[in-house]
Amino acid sequence: MTASRLKPVDAVIVGTGIVGSILAKELADAGLKVVALERGRPVDPQHDFAAPYTYDELKYDRHSDIFQDLSRETITFRNNVGETALPMREMGSFKPGEAVGGTALHWGTHSRRLLPWDFETRSRTVERYGKRHVPEDCTSQDWGVTFEELEPYYDQFEHLYGVGGKAGNLNGVIQPGGNPFEGPRSREFPNPPSPMTYAGTMFATACRELGYHPHVNPVAAQTQAYLNPYKLMLGQCLRGGFCSSHACSMGAKANPLTTVMPALAKQANFELRPLSNVIKVNLDSDRSRATGVTYLDARGREFEQPAELVILAAYTFNNVRLMLLSGIGEPYDPVANRGVVGRNYSYQSAGRVNCFFEEKSFNPFMGGGARGTAIDEYNGDNFDHAGLDFFGGAYIAVASSGAMPIRSIHVPPGTPKWGAEWKRAAARYYQRNFTVRLHGACQSYRQNYLDLDPTYRDANGLPLLRMTFDWGDNERVASAWIVKKAEEIARAMNPSRMSAQPTAGHYDIVPYQSTHNMGGAVMGADPATSAVNKYLQSWDVSNVFVIGGSAFPQNSANPPTATIGTLACWAADAIKDQYLKRPGALV
Amino acid sequence: MTNEARAFGYLTQPEIRFLDAAVARLIPADELGPGAKEAGVTYFIDQQLASVWGSHGRNYRMGPWPAGTPQQGFQSRLTPREIYRAAIREANLHCLRQYGKAFEFLAPELQDEVLAGLENGGVELASLSSKLFFGLLLRNTMEGYFADPIYGGNRDKAGWRLIGFPGVPVANYNDLIDEHNVPYRVEPVSILDIEQGRVALDSQGLPRHVRLKGVGENGR
Repeated sequence: MTASRLKPVDAVIVGTGIVGSILAKELADAGLKVVALERGRPVDPQHDFAAPYTYDELKYDRHSDIFQDLSRETITFRNNVGETALPMREMGSFKPGEAVGGTALHWGTHSRRLLPWDFETRSRTVERYGKRHVPEDCTSQDWGVTFEELEPYYDQFEHLYGVGGKAGNLNGVIQPGGNPFEGPRSREFPNPPSPMTYAGTMFATACRELGYHPHVNPVAAQTQAYLNPYKLMLGQCLRGGFCSSHACSMGAKANPLTTVMPALAKQANFELRPLSNVIKVNLDSDRSRATGVTYLDARGREFEQPAELVILAAYTFNNVRLMLLSGIGEPYDPVANRGVVGRNYSYQSAGRVNCFFEEKSFNPFMGGGARGTAIDEYNGDNFDHAGLDFFGGAYIAVASSGAMPIRSIHVPPGTPKWGAEWKRAAARYYQRNFTVRLHGACQSYRQNYLDLDPTYRDANGLPLLRMTFDWGDNERVASAWIVKKAEEIARAMNPSRMSAQPTAGHYDIVPYQSTHNMGGAVMGADPATSAVNKYLQSWDVSNVFVIGGSAFPQNSANPPTATIGTLACWAADAIKDQYLKRPGALV
Repeated sequence: MTNEARAFGYLTQPEIRFLDAAVARLIPADELGPGAKEAGVTYFIDQQLASVWGSHGRNYRMGPWPAGTPQQGFQSRLTPREIYRAAIREANLHCLRQYGKAFEFLAPELQDEVLAGLENGGVELASLSSKLFFGLLLRNTMEGYFADPIYGGNRDKAGWRLIGFPGVPVANYNDLIDEHNVPYRVEPVSILDIEQGRVALDSQGLPRHVRLKGVGENGR
């Protein structure tokens, strides 16, 4: 089939999630003719996600059609190269989105910045503990960009998304009540922190007794009505739960549909084409320049969209897959240990301590977004790792995201999974438990990577992306060690019973963990170990920028979304201020 | 629920009887309230099987189909519809061979034994792994007991009453966050209640809750 060739545009953007929407707005504001291609359906949030119909756990958490339709495209997975990768046939461990707005439509709104240390993971670890502290097969590396360089863009993103929180470090001065371990921020959060729940207060009290510095999680579920810099009004979060996995009927969850798209829709030099699935970036004959992209529309017709600038702004998996399908950058080979596309895939480690009480009532259904209370003493390099068999860490938190009844019934250890005894325990403890949770880093390793599957194909006949991944010993040891600290905190709250579960054994794709799939087209200072430079520009094809979770060289403990949005703001400025003035390699 | 039309879209009568008996053991009726059978979970499962999910319409369904490792997740070529159909027939065959009666006629203790055998693989089925079936049955039972009643289960909000879940939230939870250790117990509100006009809504489309007195006692 020959593709119909469309009229050329200045910039074509693949995906309309956090990254695609911000890039589209910033480039359209700069006067470029911009087309955004989105594989998912268009959404009318006001009517599609109206109350009370969003308060439906079965529809959104279980069978959601704002998640990726795996019947058309999925990934394959194996724990190691000795196994045959098999398709992820049903949604489990993570939930990429498929709609205008992308995965951010149903994100949990947790908006921590990364620590300054996170951007210099390898060099600072080697500097403080010596080369031998980093496992031999570990490929974690510095980002090629520093926290200081990104700080203004964190600030920009937080104001765009209306993040509520309390500064812990304002221009180097530690602030009471905030997270004293965060990197210096140039100004306060645009919105106030949310008040602590009862469980959060108990956790904070126990933490203070143990000498820690508890603080409230920054969230992008608005803590008050908010007008953002694009002149869009967001509503206040009512803490009614049904948040992560769900779209918000109150317009309180900051996402592309509430923070960017309505402003963009008014611009004549912007066009959104939903149900348009990009299958390839087209390159010129010497493969040094992209000429545009090829996509399939809803009817399966093939179109070529010529463009001067191609922005890959899709989910981690699709950014990497499009690079591999298009032949941009050298594919990673774990045996020869060379190549960059697919290298350094990482995920998010965890750990939990479930705490059960007798004479308490937590009203666990009152919650929203990633509201919660946390400590940062065991995150990154905030503690001395000398004598420990790992580097990196986790923050420890009690979340109150709203306990939905299908997925949030926890019973004490030893309770049967069904029958009269289970029923009694469910009735008694739904209101009387909470979980102290670790949100942990995940280093990158030579043997964890993404490539194209040799066997399984998508509905268009193109190879699926193959994930080869397992936990490293570093993550298992870190999780076990930090879970012990979480147990000490839990014990200080006097639960009648508790049960601890660190990240252990093999990574399992079945239970939901987080949609924090990172890397595969990582940024860096060296083209031998990174696919894009510090401005997210392909080293090989300078008019292609690859922006998103795919750029993380390893995963930090803090959730990635705020940093993904920040990278979008950073790359948008680099394109506007540098690239458009002098197209070509920026580094 | 009165005079509700309830067409079973997929299950046969023997399958309905099997599931009524099975879900009544998974979540039994007792002094705490109705069980899964009374809450309409069999009908809920039927509706789920008749839906896109029942034929795994949004799952990847292309081969080849090796069994894989447990970490690789669901790899059966059978859809949920096919799993229920084959497993119920074969579990009943097991009961007939072992005890001379279909599952629904066994004493509750024997039913529990059969269910435990399906759960741990002790009862072997010819066409599929019994664990695969049991996992699906337990998952769907929980979904049917706790999902909004609009899907046909959780009848009279039995699941939500059991645990004290209020259903569709009200607009003023922000004002209640500081009421520490004070149980918030209300008559639960479902989407079905709102659809059927049983509950008044505010301008944001949210209900008002009626607080219950005297609950939170007898250990709940």
